[in-house]
Amino acid sequence: MSLTTDLSQTAARSTGKAKAKSGRPAGSPTEAQKPRRRTRQRRERIFQWLFLVPAVVYMALFFGYPVVKNVVMSFQDYTTATFFTGEAPWVGLANYVTVLSSSLFSTSLLNTALFTIGSILGQFVIGLALAIFFQRKFPLNGILRSLLLLPWLLPLIVSSAVWRWILDKDSGALNRFLGDLGIVDTGVPWLTSTSLALIAVVGVNIWIGIPFNLTILYGGLQEIPDELYEAGSLDGATGWKAFRHITWPMLRPVVSVVLVLGVVYTLKVLDIILGLTNGGPANSTQTIATQSYDLSFHEFKFGEGAALGNVLVIISLVFAVLYLRASRRAVDE
Amino acid sequence: MTTVLKAPTLRPTRSKATGRKNWGYTALAILFLAIMLFPVYWMVNASLQPNGTTLETSWLPLKPDFTGYATAINEQAGNLGTSLVISLGSVALSLAIAAPAAYALAYFKVRGAGVVLFAILISQMIPGIVVANALYTAYNDLGLLNSIPGLILADSAHGIPFAILIIRAFMNGMPASVIEAARVDGAGHVRAFWSIVIPLSRNSLITAGLFTFLFAWSDFLFALTLTTTEAVRPVTLGIFQYIGAYVNDWSSVMATAVLASIPAIVLLVAAQKYIAAGTTGGAVK
Repeated sequence: MSLTTDLSQTAARSTGKAKAKSGRPAGSPTEAQKPRRRTRQRRERIFQWLFLVPAVVYMALFFGYPVVKNVVMSFQDYTTATFFTGEAPWVGLANYVTVLSSSLFSTSLLNTALFTIGSILGQFVIGLALAIFFQRKFPLNGILRSLLLLPWLLPLIVSSAVWRWILDKDSGALNRFLGDLGIVDTGVPWLTSTSLALIAVVGVNIWIGIPFNLTILYGGLQEIPDELYEAGSLDGATGWKAFRHITWPMLRPVVSVVLVLGVVYTLKVLDIILGLTNGGPANSTQTIATQSYDLSFHEFKFGEGAALGNVLVIISLVFAVLYLRASRRAVDE
Repeated sequence: MTTVLKAPTLRPTRSKATGRKNWGYTALAILFLAIMLFPVYWMVNASLQPNGTTLETSWLPLKPDFTGYATAINEQAGNLGTSLVISLGSVALSLAIAAPAAYALAYFKVRGAGVVLFAILISQMIPGIVVANALYTAYNDLGLLNSIPGLILADSAHGIPFAILIIRAFMNGMPASVIEAARVDGAGHVRAFWSIVIPLSRNSLITAGLFTFLFAWSDFLFALTLTTTEAVRPVTLGIFQYIGAYVNDWSSVMATAVLASIPAIVLLVAAQKYIAAGTTGGAVK
């Protein structure tokens, strides 16, 4: 769709809306005035578009181009040699075959799924519980609720560093706390054992995601009219019943948006995993995102890194479609 | 397809209690908060411990020791400066691009607005690693690796879509009559935008600016992938390099972490109302 034809079409199809905008009564102009007005309207349209051009250019360069470039690179043998020779031979689907058939891929795919599902479940359930709790009226409610945002506002790499210290095997705060309570007697290797590292990373990601879920769900709960609860309580719907038959159905559009956004954000998480475990130990916290990073920036196989990145894009897009449907429904209702 | 952005005001929340003070709930909420913010407390506490390999960090910083901060400032001051320059640059660039775009989308209702909004939504779904992968090769050709402008441009990828959504949501609620009055008085588009729309949208611009600052300040992925030397090194990467090796001086790492958290903490305390307006920004649209 080229911009110019689009503009000329709109100019040709100029309606009464533009007339109303031009601030004069929409009378019937004389025949002589019409062509002049048309050029003025076209000028107007172009002018209006100029406000949008920088943003469109930026989005094209920093989102459009990378996506296209990644598709192209994924069919090329793109390595450090390319930077010197300028050549990236076409290799067809070889990168995809290499990446998808490697034993590491199934590990990262499984880890990505576990990491995403675990994080979302934890964030959502705790976020919703807190949102419902904060519906109650008590002193300092607003201040406490906003202070809860802090984990979400901190740079992710800062959170990773702090948690790395808390989860330290020998002198971390968590092990000392558990040790003092007599729950464990030796240091638990939270980040250095293959069986625990993924659980620890999920735990940290849940901590980071709770504020976001709390805020959005709290907003959704506030939108539910009081009358419904009043009517419900007359029919004997209180507590759990009220939640099941009033809160949950009314909150559903917001819930679906939160869940899908959560999934999309969690799929691309990189900072936290790199900061806490760097994908280790023995790839036990390697996800598709971290593996794509490794392929490109440690092994300098940019073609394979791009191929794996595209797999991630496709998975995200599936959820993006769900998101758009959910948000549309949320608005319609 | 939008919902008007409402800052969650403190309107009376629902409760069966007839306005009775429920300090019991407050105590419970404080308990939640204490659990949630323990890591933040621990960061501050650990940053005030003496240097060296003390195996037992005390639970309270009873004898605050600032050697950690001395080391952190010594080694990371330059990186903090780099982060600050990049973040401020990103705020300027993002607002300059986002504010006119938001105006065009909200007020002119230009054709193609739907496409632009759709692109913004989809852009949120694109993994950073995909962008970094392509940008690295492009930057390599353009000579933008290890450069402040390169990082400003890349870091704005978080801020610009978000800023457009926030500012647009606000401008949607702006009375068109004000702008039209100015236009009738003969002000050009640019003038009406500059002298009427911008002052009116001040709060949404501040909100967008604060978040854009935070996004750029917190960026780690582009710092990691688009720099290869010590020359340009944001503080996030400085922290990553600290914890990448075996750490035996946690107080300096935590002191750096505290310094890197200052913008977030300041925003939360000082810019409360703007943050509240921003938290729901990119979400339910």
